[in-house]
Amino acid sequence: MKKTLTTLAATAAVILTASAAMAQGMDKVKACFIYVGPVGDFGWSYQHDQGRQYAEKTLGTDKVETAFLESVPEGADAERAIERFARSGCNIIFTTSFGYMDATNKVAAQFPDVKFEHATGYKREHPNVATYDSKFFQGRYVIGQIAAKLSKTGSAGYIASFPIPEVVQGINSFMLGAQSINPDFKVKVVWVNTWFDPGKESDAAKALLDQGVDILTQHTDSTAPMQVAAERGAMAFGQASDMIAFGPNTQLTSIIDDWGPYYVERIKAVLDGTWTQTATWAGMAEGHVVMAPYTNMPDDVKAMAEATQAKITSGEFHPFTGPIMKQDGTEWLAQGVVADDATLAGLNFYVKGIEDKLPQ
Amino acid sequence: MIRIEVTRRPQPSRLLSAFSPLIALGLTIIAGSIMFMALGKNPVAALYSYFVEPLTEVWSLHELAIKAAPLILIAVGLSVCYRANVWNIGAEGQFTFGAIFGSALPVLLPGFQGPLVLPLMLLCGVVGGMAWAFIPAVLKVRFGTNEILTSLMLVYVAGLFLDWLVRGPWRSPEGFNFPETIRFHEDAVLPAIWFASGRAHWGFVFAIVAAVAVWFLLERTLKGFEIRMMGQSPRAARFAGFSSGKVVFFALLLSGGLAGLAGISEVSGAIGQLRPVISPGYGFAAIIVAFLGRLNPLGIIAAGLVLALSYLGGEAAQISLGISDKAARVFQGLLLFFVLASDTLIHYRVRLMRTVKAGGGDA
Repeated sequence: MKKTLTTLAATAAVILTASAAMAQGMDKVKACFIYVGPVGDFGWSYQHDQGRQYAEKTLGTDKVETAFLESVPEGADAERAIERFARSGCNIIFTTSFGYMDATNKVAAQFPDVKFEHATGYKREHPNVATYDSKFFQGRYVIGQIAAKLSKTGSAGYIASFPIPEVVQGINSFMLGAQSINPDFKVKVVWVNTWFDPGKESDAAKALLDQGVDILTQHTDSTAPMQVAAERGAMAFGQASDMIAFGPNTQLTSIIDDWGPYYVERIKAVLDGTWTQTATWAGMAEGHVVMAPYTNMPDDVKAMAEATQAKITSGEFHPFTGPIMKQDGTEWLAQGVVADDATLAGLNFYVKGIEDKLPQ
Repeated sequence: MIRIEVTRRPQPSRLLSAFSPLIALGLTIIAGSIMFMALGKNPVAALYSYFVEPLTEVWSLHELAIKAAPLILIAVGLSVCYRANVWNIGAEGQFTFGAIFGSALPVLLPGFQGPLVLPLMLLCGVVGGMAWAFIPAVLKVRFGTNEILTSLMLVYVAGLFLDWLVRGPWRSPEGFNFPETIRFHEDAVLPAIWFASGRAHWGFVFAIVAAVAVWFLLERTLKGFEIRMMGQSPRAARFAGFSSGKVVFFALLLSGGLAGLAGISEVSGAIGQLRPVISPGYGFAAIIVAFLGRLNPLGIIAAGLVLALSYLGGEAAQISLGISDKAARVFQGLLLFFVLASDTLIHYRVRLMRTVKAGGGDA
């Protein structure tokens, strides 16, 4: 009898432990964020912080507590900041710049119980590291079409940060969108080699306008190009956040990074104990890439943009669908072939028609 | 007409001089508390997270050592320059060039491994820093150019050269076109001092050794006497048979070498690869550290640790109190302001003077 009881108790204990191990849910999660720029940049870091606030609001402060560090330099300081978070009781840490990749993986090795989420990177060296990014190029196709419809000079200026695949995807997608309307469209690219430098960005914007383009688009984080365009009366597309306040009469639309839904999903997974390593690359369909209202354009252009956006969202159309030629004239994608994600993730060449030479 | 006149006190108070750091700390705490209260934060909690929290954990002490090491190493070299009246403002450039020179080995010859790699890298780092400091030295001694300008200009040259290297010839082929070199192999990484407890590397040991050695040099050797004399009274030094040109070379090469060592230690120990930006301004912050330490190498150790603490404390305050990164920096600025102001006011007197129009002058 006694033996049976012991066995029963032991079995119960085993079952209890097992169920605990299966769903190590938590009552409350501390989610921490590291930003490369100031939260007031109105671009990249600002949008991540909006996502943090959205997650806090959606899940409730009784379920999630958040903390953040802004303007953390990439390098030795980043590793310290991440480790400080890991030690201060954070359960999940979002590191929101490519340059934090190695630091994130290094710290993750020491803290197997903490979840790490690295934005835009490709290294997941430990089971507690996930990566996430968005298909911004989907929005670039739409704005390429708008630019080709509206430009009087048949050319647009493109302020680019670094020649990494994400940025190259954007330039190519913009060009493909523009060529679908005007096959002779020209794109002038200026590389500023920074993510956030209002001075450099506005110099680039002025230089491009002086060269005769009448529409600007940017793959950098500050609102400076939008402001230059507004001063000069040129059209421009916002980046990362809705920049309409900085160009009320000149912003056509903006490609908004909406990280909120992703942050809610991942923090919730930690709450439920269902978090696993993932490599997320989502776009319009999942609501991670959102277009700001189409403004300052005729109705037919707006209708066209909305139609394209709907097609991309539904999956009916992919911006990288053949036939597409590489810059040197060789074939990249045959008629009807769609580029696969792996190729896009390592994209390091231009499509035909772009006159810039890709820095290699 | 009222003008402000600053004159040196004939006899600065010994007592005040000794307690000056404490006075500064007290004033910082008062001003800081007012600021934190204005922000709606508890000042006691804020000051705790600034000055105490980073010191309560072993890993955080390691981080303090990492942050302080380059500051101390560079500032010690600068103290020799400034004592000799040579105004080297370009330590940031010498730091960068040391990092580039030292990194050449693991980046260009990744196949060359073994215990020899690290000593060679450190040596190259020192040589790189010295080479960069050699330029303003030659220009000053041969052509009488102002070393403040030349050394400062060379900071930007070094920075742009590094930028070009990591975007061009030295860029990692696996880095998705991101501007960075390959990661250094294991033999090229400066090891941790005490593995299990944190990641502080040997750079901190170099800094302490350098500080003690330079202190000995300045205070106990003829060379040190020559340097101090050249700084205080160049004419008397020349009468004593000392060559001013030699002192300029010595001071600049020594400080360049130490800055270069700091550069390669930082890259090899803390970063592990070259990037477009490898320093958050250590070369300039070290100027503050040198003066905080009153140009005394042993004082510089303390000053370097205090400045490093204020960086770490700023982060701790951001996390635990949610103050912004700007408020954290304002507090750091307050601390430096009060330290330098107390020292200045102890040694100098500020007076409001009513100017009397003297004959002949049309003031």
